[in-house]
Amino acid sequence: MKSLRLHLFAILIAATSLIWLSAFAWILLDSRAKLEHVLDTRLQAAAHMVDSLAADGGKVASTGIVPPMQASPEEANYERQLSCQIWSMEGRLVARSSGAPDVQMTDQASGFSQRTIEGEPWRVYTIEDSVKNIRVMVGDRLGMRDGLVADLIKGLVLPALLIFPLLAALIWISLGGGLRPLNAMASELRRRSADDLSLIETRRAPSEVQPLIAALNSLFAKVEAARRHERDLTAFAAHELRTPLAGLKTQAQIALSVTDPAIREGALRQILISVDRTSRLVRQLLAIARLDAGLDDASRETLNIGKSLDEVINMAKPAMGSIKVDVDPDLHRYVIQANREALYFALRNLHENAIQHSPEGGAIAWRIAPEGKGVLVEDDGPGIPLAELPFVTQRFFRGQHKSSTGTGLGLAITEIAVRKLGGELVLQNREGRGGLQALIVLHGVGPT
Amino acid sequence: MRILVVEDDDVLANGLKIGLGLAGATIDVVGCCADARAALATSEFDAVVLDVMLPDGSGIDVLKNIRAKGDRTPVLLLTALDEIADRIKGLDAGADDHLGKPFDLDELAARIRAIARRQGGRATPQLVFGGIVLDPSTLATFIDGQPVVLSRREFAVLSTLMEHPGAIRSKDEIEARLYGWQEEIESNTVEVYIHHLRAKLGRATIETVRGIGYRMRSAP
Repeated sequence: MKSLRLHLFAILIAATSLIWLSAFAWILLDSRAKLEHVLDTRLQAAAHMVDSLAADGGKVASTGIVPPMQASPEEANYERQLSCQIWSMEGRLVARSSGAPDVQMTDQASGFSQRTIEGEPWRVYTIEDSVKNIRVMVGDRLGMRDGLVADLIKGLVLPALLIFPLLAALIWISLGGGLRPLNAMASELRRRSADDLSLIETRRAPSEVQPLIAALNSLFAKVEAARRHERDLTAFAAHELRTPLAGLKTQAQIALSVTDPAIREGALRQILISVDRTSRLVRQLLAIARLDAGLDDASRETLNIGKSLDEVINMAKPAMGSIKVDVDPDLHRYVIQANREALYFALRNLHENAIQHSPEGGAIAWRIAPEGKGVLVEDDGPGIPLAELPFVTQRFFRGQHKSSTGTGLGLAITEIAVRKLGGELVLQNREGRGGLQALIVLHGVGPT
Repeated sequence: MRILVVEDDDVLANGLKIGLGLAGATIDVVGCCADARAALATSEFDAVVLDVMLPDGSGIDVLKNIRAKGDRTPVLLLTALDEIADRIKGLDAGADDHLGKPFDLDELAARIRAIARRQGGRATPQLVFGGIVLDPSTLATFIDGQPVVLSRREFAVLSTLMEHPGAIRSKDEIEARLYGWQEEIESNTVEVYIHHLRAKLGRATIETVRGIGYRMRSAP
């Protein structure tokens, strides 16, 4: 598992180190250049000084050459920094400072030069004094110069090395502090029980964490809604299944306990009614299960809409009573590529719904939709109250004016089936009169 | 005993009307929350059998409404879910009892008698006054230990008078207990039943309080 804290820590430490290393490198190069310049200038100055003190022919004026720094005791580390040699033009060593090498430091006539003397690299400045007939050479060891730069860097790096762990600790602690809201949230969520879907407190959270909390809260809300829907569905299903059972049991107990044949016959009739209704409920539940399980999409065939409708209407004949059904003959001229079962479920449940809500002697009319975009059916029933229209396709929704024979599943099945057909179910009350118009918008409807 | 049944499934409602009627009760049936509220606001019932899931809302809301108005009519909830949480919700809303669908008709009748009895402040199932004992569960009547045969309506009139012995019950009150809304009330039936009861139990048991109603006579 990747730790955000470790990750941030590594990035911050790497960035800090990089900046510090760049700074050291820059200081190193810059100081070295400046130091070279200063020390070179010193070599030049020392050479001129020695030259001016030297007498003709190289006779040193008084006590000989003593480099000025050597006098100062605190410069002991850089003891014998400068070495000086005075050579005659003929190549004879006239004088040299103590500690200066015996051999000629350079064979270059004048100016700066670098030479390796006795295994050590030197930098030497030479003045040729033709008047006094001497050559003055002043040099210092490059090793000494490197030592100076190294000392300078050491002076910077040592405190940095001491500060670095402190800085790292500080970064680590601040990161911990910065990530605390996340930890607090995590532990709050850990403590929750599985069905606690209350929203997370956002007030105290920093703005960077807010989007995460908002996303989590919206997820919680969705899960809660889905769960409530599931619970409602279970409750509806239990009610719709158990109420007829309770009715059956009650009527059966009455039939068993009474001696009055009229009451017994009444009870037995009620049992018949209830069994019929319950079998319809079972049939519809099985239809939903079939649709939910997914119909075989490959089994599409060319179906004549009018003929499919005729089948459905024939099946429903016993329930129609005095209700008249009018099928537009045009419907027989249209075909659709679709799953037979899905089309059948859609048409059958719409037809049954229309029958259920039609008054005695009412009329049901099946028509082809405008521009042949589907099928529509109209009935003379009471229609659906506007407030209930959005809900009638929910499973087990029966509304306030439900019929005694409804199951609350018909329009739900129609809608699922229509969606399987790739179409859309549009329900609206007929304008200017009672009744419902149900339109199945289907794609790929064509003439035979 | 007059019972309001609030149930939208007509087969079950019919079964309850006939089944509970056979057990000696007068039943009125309504099928939605609005009708239940109206019925409870206008008539007195000894008990209510309330379905939880009704087409225009929840029976539990109806229950909360009537309890908020101070109506203490005993209520038995009919539930479809066996979940404990739902039962607790019902009881907390003011239900006196609940029964899961499907249920046994005799158990339902017994539970209704029990909640109605508790409402009347009695612990024993029998109604006792003087030497008269009424057993609502079997519709049996005894005088001094001897069984007496009463018709269903005669039993209903006598139990109305014996629920609160000493209290005067008006003719209208007794009629309300005898008939549901749909039933035709004959003008002098209460007098007829009182007459029959006096013939079977002895003239002195029921006293006529002129212009007000009837009551059990305290010292026969």
